[in-house]
Amino acid sequence: MNGHGSTRRTFLKTSVAATGGLVIAFHVPGAKRLAASGLTPAGGFAPNAFLRIGEDDTVTVLLAHSEMGQGIWTTLPMLIAEELDCDWSSIRVEHAPAAQAYAHTAFGIQATGGSTTTWSEFDRYRQAGAAARSMLVQAAAQEVGVPVSECRTGNGVVTASGRSLRYGELTAIAATLTPPESVPLRDPSEWSLIGTPTRRLDTPEKITGRAKFGIDVQLEGMLTAVVARAPSFGATLKSFDASAARAVPGVRHVVQVPSGVAVVADHSWAAIKGREILDIEWTSGPTSGVDSEELLAEWADLTRSPGVTAAERGDTADALAGAEQTIESLFFFPYLAHAAMEPLNCAVRIGPDGCDIWTGTQFQGPDQMAAAAITGLDPEQVRIHTTFLGGGFGRRANPAADFVSEAVHVAKAAGVPVKTIWTRDDDTRGGYYRPAFVHRARLGLGANGMPVAWDHDMAGQSILAGTFFEAGMPENGVDPSSVEGLVDSPYMAEVPNHRVGVHTPDPGIPVLWWRSVGHTHTAFVVETLIDQAAHAAGADPVEYRRKLLAEHPRHLGVLDLAAEKAGWGSNLSAGRARGVAVHESFGSFVAEVAEVSVSGNEIRVHRVTAAIDCGIAVNPEAIEAQIQGGIAYGLSATLHSEIHLKEGAARESNFDDYKVLRLAEMPDVDVHIVPSTDPPGGVGEPGTPPIAPAVANAVFALTGQRLTELPLKL
Amino acid sequence: MKLTVNGIDHDVDAPPEMPLLWVLRDLLGMTGTKYGCGIAQCGACTVHIDGKQQRSCVTPVSAAEGRRVTTIEGLSEDGSHPVQRAWAELDVVQCGYCQSGQIMAAAALLAEAPEPDDAAIDMAMNGVICRCGTYQRIRAAVHRAAELDGRRSR
Ligand code: FES
Ligand code: FES
Repeated sequence: MNGHGSTRRTFLKTSVAATGGLVIAFHVPGAKRLAASGLTPAGGFAPNAFLRIGEDDTVTVLLAHSEMGQGIWTTLPMLIAEELDCDWSSIRVEHAPAAQAYAHTAFGIQATGGSTTTWSEFDRYRQAGAAARSMLVQAAAQEVGVPVSECRTGNGVVTASGRSLRYGELTAIAATLTPPESVPLRDPSEWSLIGTPTRRLDTPEKITGRAKFGIDVQLEGMLTAVVARAPSFGATLKSFDASAARAVPGVRHVVQVPSGVAVVADHSWAAIKGREILDIEWTSGPTSGVDSEELLAEWADLTRSPGVTAAERGDTADALAGAEQTIESLFFFPYLAHAAMEPLNCAVRIGPDGCDIWTGTQFQGPDQMAAAAITGLDPEQVRIHTTFLGGGFGRRANPAADFVSEAVHVAKAAGVPVKTIWTRDDDTRGGYYRPAFVHRARLGLGANGMPVAWDHDMAGQSILAGTFFEAGMPENGVDPSSVEGLVDSPYMAEVPNHRVGVHTPDPGIPVLWWRSVGHTHTAFVVETLIDQAAHAAGADPVEYRRKLLAEHPRHLGVLDLAAEKAGWGSNLSAGRARGVAVHESFGSFVAEVAEVSVSGNEIRVHRVTAAIDCGIAVNPEAIEAQIQGGIAYGLSATLHSEIHLKEGAARESNFDDYKVLRLAEMPDVDVHIVPSTDPPGGVGEPGTPPIAPAVANAVFALTGQRLTELPLKL
Repeated sequence: MKLTVNGIDHDVDAPPEMPLLWVLRDLLGMTGTKYGCGIAQCGACTVHIDGKQQRSCVTPVSAAEGRRVTTIEGLSEDGSHPVQRAWAELDVVQCGYCQSGQIMAAAALLAEAPEPDDAAIDMAMNGVICRCGTYQRIRAAVHRAAELDGRRSR
């Protein structure tokens, strides 16, 4: 046995002593993905701990990813249980601590995002379950004195030679065994959980108010802070007078931090009241004059000239000149706030032995590094306790670690444990928006009505520039997250002459990924243009797409399924029309047919028929919920939401002016899942991109008005 | 000041204008009631006062004095209220943050209208925002809760 093996055995023994059970550790598979991703791993393949089996038979699953509504609290345990053969009711779930062992199998940092959790853990979590089962079987074989081939498992019990041994009874022996390097996984034909609609395991906590979110963390002696931040992006603190704020009953400290001035109090209300009467002067910065309407107008001009080439084939100018018909459209997309229901917050306690952080984060890895840098501690001394997230949508995955860093600064400056909370206004005006974009496209159609040329220029801020992800950007400086869904569009692949140019202005507004990232605008642009082309060609929108997608079977599959289930072509009641869109994102394919009506200038979406091909459908129950939710999230941006920047600050501040979808506007969404044996794709985001173009295309079918700006305005 | 929450009397030391929301969460440690907007726009903070749904973020604690306040923690002992059972059956929740408010609003609606139609549900529940988009299942679950409730009282 080599040194490594004995280290692991020691680790197992220590873990058993500490937990009264068995911890399974093993190497992380996924080297290929890591290499393929092009991102530098933060540190190789450390041994991992994904489950713990107690002497009382409970199986505690540790989640390397964060539960933010997407249902991985259930899906990841399903993967383990599928191989472990345990009793489903014995499963308990916890968020894992921040540790390299839980680094993302593709990104190399501990993170939740990009609709990657299920596929990135599909092998690792099944392996974790399989390794545990194999050790329990070995333990039973040893105990009963039979070869492992004579042992059977089921429902948390090993049976051998007429004896039944509960997993809990076998933990002591199993803990002395060396974990296998890898174990063959079950054949899909043997799956009993994967593919079975399974209800959420976090429901009991979430329907009784017991579920703990970051904002609910309250420790002995912990104070609550709100921070007065710059009134415009880029402004800096000039001076402040805290005497009035300090006089508010309950206010304990007023401290300066890099992002502003923190009012630290016994409770939230006192902190909010104290901040209201804080006397602060700010110095404007270079971004303080930014006006988003002006930006969009400038960028519309910018797109008249060719940007950096992101895709090119053939001679676009020539083909365009020779086209039978041309279509030109200009598209506008505003900045958007994520507006998760739980405003940002983060609780921090800095002690002699390290720093504890309680928060709902999608980015444990970067947050831990940021906190270490601020406190001067080693990353391992920063312990991140991940709570439930009251929504994430990308906002809680910030390479700049803004809300965590700020909270660490506040706790450090105040010298006491502090929970920093953001009010809704703070959250809405805090930046890290979906970047605004302008697209200008010209499509040339041939004599048969099919596109022969596609000339495209776009302008908008880069999300990756200036972050540690910048290293992964191509040399031409084009952010892949700006053009995803456009340069890889199956339609573009079918257009012999095309060119995409990208302008990347930097007005200095903090931007970030927002559920489905670049696809939030590219899907709208592409699916609107194709709809325009179909109309110009006098073709049915579905038939036209079918022709272009003939060589793209998975696109075609979802398109056909959605069209069939929606009754595409059948009569609708007067005043209603259908629109369609199909889009691939995050490894999955989604088509949506929206049925709308219009009254006055109000657009109503009555029904959406969605079809998804996400490869192996691990938990169909969760997939349906994510598509419904993704559509609702997309409908907010389709119909209502927009951040206007005036004088370098958001004009909107709360749900009265930053409008989002409400219950009465929710359409009936039918979700149809294409049966598939392809590897799993993403599910959290792919439902979002097609909804805006499906609705806009339906509005066109109904009114003849082609809307090319979000939110849609009649 | 004396405050009765879920049938238990508490002595609370708070300024009279302090919103009930923060008294519940920060002074009494009952964090099931959520903060979402602070201006009666989102419904995350919904509680019952004398059986009616109220936004605790805009209710001064003084206005709740001497009245019956019920929060999500007190809706049932064990999650067995028909609304909670329907929510579990239909797998409604996602992130869960809005759900205390959703459930309290639905329970108040059913107390007044035991068999609400879609229009009544839309009206009563429109004030509670869910960013995860669980609305469709909420609508179905309110109907289901009405059924479960009807069965119980029959
Ligand atoms: S927090 Fe009270 S309605 Fe939003
Ligand atoms: S479940 Fe997340 S906001 Fe409603």
